[in-house]
Amino acid sequence: MKVSYYPGCSLHGTALEYAESAEVVCKILDIGLEELDDWNCCGASSAHSTDTELAISLAARNLEIAEKAGLKDLVIPCAACFQRTKVAEYELLNHPDSHKNFSYKGDVKAKDLLNFICEDVGLDSVIKKIKKPLKELKAVCYYGCLTMRPPRITGEKNYENPQNMDKLLTALGVEVLSWPYKTDCCGGSLILTRPDIVRVLVKKLYEMALLAGAECIVAGCPLCHGNLDQRQEEISREFGKEYDLPIFYYTELMGLAMGSNETTKWLGRHLVDPKKLLTLKNLI
Amino acid sequence: MATQELNKLEKDSHLPPSITPSNTKFSELVMKESGENINLCYQCQKCSAGCPISFAMDILPHHIIRMVQLGLEEKVLQSKTIWLCSACETCGTRCPNDIDIAKVNDTLKQKAEKSGLSLGEKNAPLFHSAFVSSIKKRGRVYELGMIQEYTLKCGDFAEKFKAGDFLRDAKLGLKMFIRRKLKLYPQKIKGVNEVKKLFKQT
Repeated sequence: MKVSYYPGCSLHGTALEYAESAEVVCKILDIGLEELDDWNCCGASSAHSTDTELAISLAARNLEIAEKAGLKDLVIPCAACFQRTKVAEYELLNHPDSHKNFSYKGDVKAKDLLNFICEDVGLDSVIKKIKKPLKELKAVCYYGCLTMRPPRITGEKNYENPQNMDKLLTALGVEVLSWPYKTDCCGGSLILTRPDIVRVLVKKLYEMALLAGAECIVAGCPLCHGNLDQRQEEISREFGKEYDLPIFYYTELMGLAMGSNETTKWLGRHLVDPKKLLTLKNLI
Repeated sequence: MATQELNKLEKDSHLPPSITPSNTKFSELVMKESGENINLCYQCQKCSAGCPISFAMDILPHHIIRMVQLGLEEKVLQSKTIWLCSACETCGTRCPNDIDIAKVNDTLKQKAEKSGLSLGEKNAPLFHSAFVSSIKKRGRVYELGMIQEYTLKCGDFAEKFKAGDFLRDAKLGLKMFIRRKLKLYPQKIKGVNEVKKLFKQT
């Protein structure tokens, strides 16, 4: 199966391990990822804060490139890129008169990678590729706001209590724990403008994950992963409590369960070392 | 009663503000620019109850909507709230009247920037401007360059140095660089001029 693929800026930089693991997992699942030719940044939070039309146009250029590529799915791993592309899709199809410079007709649709794997590829195909079930690993799923909301844009039905990552990780053998913060905000780009707010929000997430009995948090968004992984040391220092909670991307755990030999490369890019926990569980 | 008289009465009597023909202009503009019908808001406060960042805001989200209805333009445009909103969309998702409040906040941020009023938050507008300028230059965001530009724009070096923020950020940056998560050189797309044109259109 071939799909168009939009990695986005984060996956070339701060979320490199998300890109590396997603690409390996897709290869194992026989999903051919065709990267969009000469794609541009989706604009993220800054473009829509600055200029509504610019934000739509930036994502619209990528949609046009995808439509020219001729495949029906545009798969996007980053939550923010996914939502911005969906907003452009919605605007161009529902208000075509305001966006006459773009020829997008709706032949290609943006899909979040997690939902694509769970709904289009199917968990049966994932289960067939599992070589080493991730038994005894206790995790909570942290989906990321922008894969879910707003539902009229994302098309998500279970936006208050999503299930796809829960089902996927359970299929991998992970003990998935219930917690109320699946789609709560980590503060996103406020990390650069008001880090004090982000530290409060993320600390709340750590505490609830620990209360649920989790040994790690599994994320589906590069910004969430960044705020939870890269800032753990400073949050520990600020609140005087030593947190040691590895943060994974769901694709990394898929790769691990599927026996990929590149796992240690991705895991080596984390700031909170996940190898201790995985060694303890005999998973690496 | 004529509009002028109403306004005078309001001014003189210390009555709480009310909706009069003269102050619907602002709310009409905000509605037109955001595409959201804020007249539907009946102050159920669901947006503020679910907002993860409300603890840090100076005006709660449902108050922002009410204040726009009342035409309290300056207060709204100078608020911290509009810049602290992370656009997580919890409010708009739960609004019984389907008002996308984050989208209204976007419109208010844009209007605040154009108004010339002093802004409620210093760093957020500088960050957005550095981020967008990075896209304009190369078509993609070059993280290291964007952070450099943003830091220079913020200019609060002494304060940050004293608080140890510089050292902390430098250490984090180094760790990210070693892990290949921060690139030393930017990527530039071939169609950078096409992207620049998108800036001109808007």
